[in-house]
Amino acid sequence: MFEIVERQEMAQGTVVSNWVKAPKIAKKAKPGQFVILRANEKGERIPLTMADTDPAKGLINIIYQVVGKSTALFKTLKVGDGYLDVIGPLGQPTHLDKVGKVVCVGGGTGVAVVHPITRGLKQVGNQVFAVIGARNKDLLILEDQMRAASHELMVCTDDGSYGHHGFVTDMLKKVLTEHQDIALAVCIGPVPMMKFCCKMTKEFGVKTLVSLNPIMVDGTGMCGCCRVTVGGKRKFACVDGPEFDGHETDFEELTARLKGYLDLEKVSYDEFKAAHGSGKCSCCS
Amino acid sequence: MTEEVKPPKREKIPRQKMPEQEPKVRARNFQEVPFGLSPELAQKEAERCIQCKDPRCKQGCPVEIDVPRFIKEIKEGDFEAAIRTLWEMNALPAICGRVCPQEIQCEGLCVIGKKEEPVAIGNLERFAADYQRLHGRDILPPKADPTGKKVAVVGAGPAGLTVAGDLILKGHEVTVFEALHAPGGVLLYGIPEFRLPKEIVAHECHYLERLGVKILVNQVVGRTDTVDELFEQGFDAVFLAVGAGLPVFLNVPGENLIGIYSANEYLTRANLMKAYAFPEYDTPLVKGKNVATFGAGNVSMDSARTALRMGADHSYIIYRRSEAEMPARAAEIHHAHEEGVEFMLLSAPTRFLGDEEGRVKAVECLRMELGEPDASGRRRPVPLEGSEFIVDIDLAVISIGAGANPLLTKTTPGLALNKWGYIIADPKTGKTMKPKVWAGGDIVTGSATVILAMGAGRLSANSIHDFLTMGW
Ligand SMILES: Cc1cc2nc3c(=O)[nH]c(=O)nc-3n(C[C@H](O)[C@H](O)[C@H](O)COP(=O)(O)OP(=O)(O)OC[C@H]3O[C@@H](n4cnc5c(N)ncnc54)[C@H](O)[C@@H]3O)c2cc1C
Ligand code: SF4
Ligand code: FES
Repeated sequence: MFEIVERQEMAQGTVVSNWVKAPKIAKKAKPGQFVILRANEKGERIPLTMADTDPAKGLINIIYQVVGKSTALFKTLKVGDGYLDVIGPLGQPTHLDKVGKVVCVGGGTGVAVVHPITRGLKQVGNQVFAVIGARNKDLLILEDQMRAASHELMVCTDDGSYGHHGFVTDMLKKVLTEHQDIALAVCIGPVPMMKFCCKMTKEFGVKTLVSLNPIMVDGTGMCGCCRVTVGGKRKFACVDGPEFDGHETDFEELTARLKGYLDLEKVSYDEFKAAHGSGKCSCCS
Repeated sequence: MTEEVKPPKREKIPRQKMPEQEPKVRARNFQEVPFGLSPELAQKEAERCIQCKDPRCKQGCPVEIDVPRFIKEIKEGDFEAAIRTLWEMNALPAICGRVCPQEIQCEGLCVIGKKEEPVAIGNLERFAADYQRLHGRDILPPKADPTGKKVAVVGAGPAGLTVAGDLILKGHEVTVFEALHAPGGVLLYGIPEFRLPKEIVAHECHYLERLGVKILVNQVVGRTDTVDELFEQGFDAVFLAVGAGLPVFLNVPGENLIGIYSANEYLTRANLMKAYAFPEYDTPLVKGKNVATFGAGNVSMDSARTALRMGADHSYIIYRRSEAEMPARAAEIHHAHEEGVEFMLLSAPTRFLGDEEGRVKAVECLRMELGEPDASGRRRPVPLEGSEFIVDIDLAVISIGAGANPLLTKTTPGLALNKWGYIIADPKTGKTMKPKVWAGGDIVTGSATVILAMGAGRLSANSIHDFLTMGW
């Protein structure tokens, strides 16, 4: 068992952070890599990008949004409980090169994924602008951490309850306009957000990395479930990614494939909610 | 076999049929198809063997099981002796009895087969192993004194498990590193429950653990540890048996539509993740009403038969050659026919068509005819111009073979690979170009069979043992 040693709810309980004991993985993991977790014998294999690690204590940090049965099940795990399986580190680490000025954009739980990359890009000597966003103030996560990880942080909310009233793309545009010498953009969040960010960075001719989250099974390139089309070629996100050139990524295909199990997921989630007698919990927005 | 007692005079006994579930019934459940032989039937079948002095069946067996001896032991009712005989050469008899292509191995060479049906060697092997598992005493084979040497085995499929079983008996410490959350390799994630119950795979792995083998799951070597790091951790030798875990796609338009799976994904969801028991188990699987499986090997039969059990009205095998060229085991093709799998032969897919949501709704195929033999000696399918036709489907399984998964080989400097990415290893010893590293099974040969993977494991185990005890 991989024990949970610290647990925190964020964004009004819709997002949960776990520090999990996994010494071997903690020692090896680099920003951009992910793990696959399974809660119990009957559980699904769920991929989550690591938000942080503490190699000295042998811990990894995962931050997930409750979106269905499996993440709802994860949410029931308390400190002292654990995951049956944690596999990793998987995927390619981010290339953290010094390129000059960079902009990092995170939306929703994507902020958790972009955070270690932002910090890493700053550590190697880049000047880092960061933009994060959420639907409203209460759903915003990791603001302080992102502030520390960057030189300048811009915050957006869809409803204007905090920071800039509008989407992250507004602030991205502002940064790109004010700093014509931005060399790299990293945009991580919901697929539509990444798609629109990439449209914008393309107009400015700025190379853009995105982190893709297709459905996965094994995470080792064995099943092909995670296939995405990048530059017209088939790639396996679990071994070739999860980061890809956003200007080459076929987001339409990814969006469709992510919906492949919506009906079945609902069956499973409804059954879970009924069994747990809640149904009105804040996680099922 | 010291003395030959019986003259070949014998009453003609027909090959004993193994009782099995009715095709109509079993095509809708995931329980094992055959029930196995009763002791009476097994002993009767064993009588059919004439105990050849120079048994051809044994020559046909890749691990050279002493076939007539174990059959004689069954005939005499000494089932424990029979399992010991099998274990001498084969650590996984319950599995081999179920999945080996006996018709081209032992049974294909059996002399009885010249005039009538050959002795049912596979069924007898299965019987002996099942009897031991269900009724036998808790026995283990003898183990040599500890040598203090440590061996790492990467991959817990048949090749890796064989090496683990052989070397632990020779007194070495063995640790198996498996990427998935449970051991068994293709036996677990690929071959379906109705053909090889997972309880049996677990039992065979547990048998190795009882012998002292350490099986560590969730260890993706190349990521969690590299091979060189295993040496740093004190292992004296490493055996690589990671299988051929790379899906091959058709490369036709529309292949990324929802509802199109590689066979690896389809079967892994169904078997390893038990998606057939969804929503009791959390992993979902699209249930097709009209399912097309492309290819005609064992993997294809398994996929097409799984689709029936998942509730398909029509489960098609679409194959570009004819029945004679189908690579699957005879028994699997026979079972698939019986259960109602529909064969569309001499047909090749050209593209998939989808609906607005991106779900597959049809496949377009071309008719083929067989032309001149190609490099493999099989007649090459040639497309018939203008013969396109459309098949309505809502689920497709691509099962046209597997390739070499590069995850491990790319992160292990010093290995030599062939042009397809498989590891180059000495066929007699399993030695790779990297010192102290051996390899065997599908990652060396490309997709083959359970028993060939085990045979390669046996050779490597002997070579590793020589290296650990004598230094070469
Ligand atoms: C659906 C299906 C049906 C089949 N039916 C038959 C049949 O009826 N009869 C028959 O004889 N053969 C059959 N085969 C073929 C047979 O199963 C294989 O030839 C055999 O399993 C190969 O054994 P292996 O040990 O080389 O590899 P595998 O069985 O593939 O095992 C490799 C193991 O290594 C693990 N692994 C991979 N990468 C890593 C890594 N980096 N680190 C750690 N572990 C890793 C994998 O997870 C896996 O568990 C079938 C195959 C399939 C897919
Ligand atoms: S060849 Fe057939 S008859 Fe002869 S020993 Fe083998 S199984 Fe028996
Ligand atoms: S998840 Fe199976 S290949 Fe990527």
